[in-house]
Amino acid sequence: MATLFDINLFALFGQLLVGLINGSFYALLSLGLAIIFGLLKIINFAQGAMYMLGAFIALLALKYMGINYWFALILVPLTVGLIGILMERFLIRPIANEDHLYSLLLTFGLALIIQGVFTHAFGSSGLSYPVPEALKGGTKLPFMYLPNYRAWIIIVSVFVCAGTWWMIEKTKLGAYLRAGTENPQLMQAFGINVPLIVTLTFGFGVALAGFAGVMAAPIYSVSPDMGSNILIAVFAIVVIGGMGSIGGAIITGLGMGVVEGLTKYFYPEASNTVIFLVMVIVLLLKPAGLFGKEA
Amino acid sequence: MKKTNRTLLSAVVSGAIAATIACSAQATTDGQVKLGILADMGGTYADICGSGCVIAAEMAIEDFGGNVLGKPIEMVSADSQLKPDVASAIARKWVEDEGVDAIGGLVSSAVSGAVSKVNADSKNITLISGSASNTFTTKTCSPYNVHWTYNVVALANGTVKPMVQAGKKKWFFITADYSFGHALEGMASKVINENGGEVLGNVRAPLGTTDFSSYILQAQASGADVVALANAGNDTVNALKAAAEFGLTEQMDVAGLLVFTPNAQAMDPATAGGMRLTSGFYWDMDDETRQWSKRFEQRHGAIPSMIHAGVYSVTMHYLNAVKAAGTDDTDTVMKTMKATKPNDFFARNATLRPDGRMVHDMLYVEIKKKDERKDKNDIYKIIKVIPGDEAYSPMLPQCNFS
Repeated sequence: MATLFDINLFALFGQLLVGLINGSFYALLSLGLAIIFGLLKIINFAQGAMYMLGAFIALLALKYMGINYWFALILVPLTVGLIGILMERFLIRPIANEDHLYSLLLTFGLALIIQGVFTHAFGSSGLSYPVPEALKGGTKLPFMYLPNYRAWIIIVSVFVCAGTWWMIEKTKLGAYLRAGTENPQLMQAFGINVPLIVTLTFGFGVALAGFAGVMAAPIYSVSPDMGSNILIAVFAIVVIGGMGSIGGAIITGLGMGVVEGLTKYFYPEASNTVIFLVMVIVLLLKPAGLFGKEA
Repeated sequence: MKKTNRTLLSAVVSGAIAATIACSAQATTDGQVKLGILADMGGTYADICGSGCVIAAEMAIEDFGGNVLGKPIEMVSADSQLKPDVASAIARKWVEDEGVDAIGGLVSSAVSGAVSKVNADSKNITLISGSASNTFTTKTCSPYNVHWTYNVVALANGTVKPMVQAGKKKWFFITADYSFGHALEGMASKVINENGGEVLGNVRAPLGTTDFSSYILQAQASGADVVALANAGNDTVNALKAAAEFGLTEQMDVAGLLVFTPNAQAMDPATAGGMRLTSGFYWDMDDETRQWSKRFEQRHGAIPSMIHAGVYSVTMHYLNAVKAAGTDDTDTVMKTMKATKPNDFFARNATLRPDGRMVHDMLYVEIKKKDERKDKNDIYKIIKVIPGDEAYSPMLPQCNFS
């Protein structure tokens, strides 16, 4: 066993790094979901569809308008965010006072419709988006070959996640937001436009999914079911991290990436279930999640 | 609001029950030929056998003339959702209540297995065009199974054998973790060992895995000559993407064991160009294939996959047999089908063996590089034609239903 371990130490490092990269992806995706879920109490099942939409818009923008990756990184989240805003204003708001189940069913239905439309229009086989020229190639590390684009993913997601956390937890805007969702009547009495804040928050959360979509386009096949494949795992991550905890979603995202990466190495067959296994254990021991606020 | 929903729900449920009751049971041998096409309308395999499979069957019926035994040929279609239980329920309804004689399309080996079981009990014909597993003519063979297009044996013999014989001895597998992937890996490993090669290791990736980087690292560390992708659809595309990204394609060969034309189109020509694989059909082979494919493309909007062409071919062969036999009685039709050699733009040098395996010429093709392609449909270069007897394994005595 010891020799086996010695031989595989390098391989293990590689797996850890790859896990961390995937984890930063999970963090990026679960962040948007955690904001919408935690602050607005909306269970947005369309988040995966928005992620898919982000990847597709980037692809179509490149193909038909010549908008390159770098502009897409800014323009696509804005577009997807705008779609989110319209969705919140015209579809979710009318049922905002109903049971949470209603928004869940609504967003789930929307996700199915969007996915169906894209399958009809583009087929199920997926399309290919090129890696931007500046991020092609890779670096040879002692234990593995690290593609530059994967390194870029880590840097960007850490930056975006930290920025979002800071904005919500440390700035005045974030304080308004948290207060507005905690006690809307009181905030309204202070002259703050709470519905506007809610709409913008939803838009921001959805925009993050669109952003993750653009980030994913060069490395994964851009296909209509890319969102639904990943959504459930991301939901589990939000639950493990603790609903409502922004920091929890980020840390759990990274952690679960590593856990999944190690599972892919030691027992690949379980790699798509390990996150749910962790979820069950966490829920049994700590029902509010690892970083959950309410007990 | 809640009450309205409940009312609506009960209305739907009672409607569904009423519809089931309304369909009276019919005998299979009623002189009325009715085909059922079961496909994946919105899932991973929708491009290779979704609405395209329905269109291919429609074309066959139209080209046949629309009538047989003096009555118009009927056709129904449904979405299997790739779920064996759904497929099995639909098949039972079709054969028991709606007088369906034969069920075709059938993508995903799990779905085909479920349908084949229903049909074996009710004595209806299963026309498998989309599935890869060789179980339908071996372990679970039945007098009513007809397996067209391809199977894992043909893929392994076609793609793996020439590579091992060319000196690529050490192999590593990235396998889809379900029946099809296991069957393909098992068959390919057998071919490797028989030809003096060696399998160094494997990883079983769950179906629908998006990120293959971890598996690619393991493959890289294995020191193999060839990394074989025993998966299909988006899994293959994503695995190849990761292989290129992590520099694996520069160190080792990657062999996609099952690649359909839409998947080949989704791959980056820079990495997929030069990869060799086995296919049951290529649209641009000769005038005959081009002519049919053009017609198909006009209706479907995309070039046919080998499954689409297979559905047309097997439907035509079935209808011809009904006409020749003068009845839609299952046993008589099966006998006629096996006694006649299939021969059309798809089935070349073909025979339908007593075990239900349709043996025909397979194609060993190479994915074209970017500068070799004239347009988006110009993806394969045919390296050689593999005679059916070399591609498929011999019939098992216990499956000889002559």
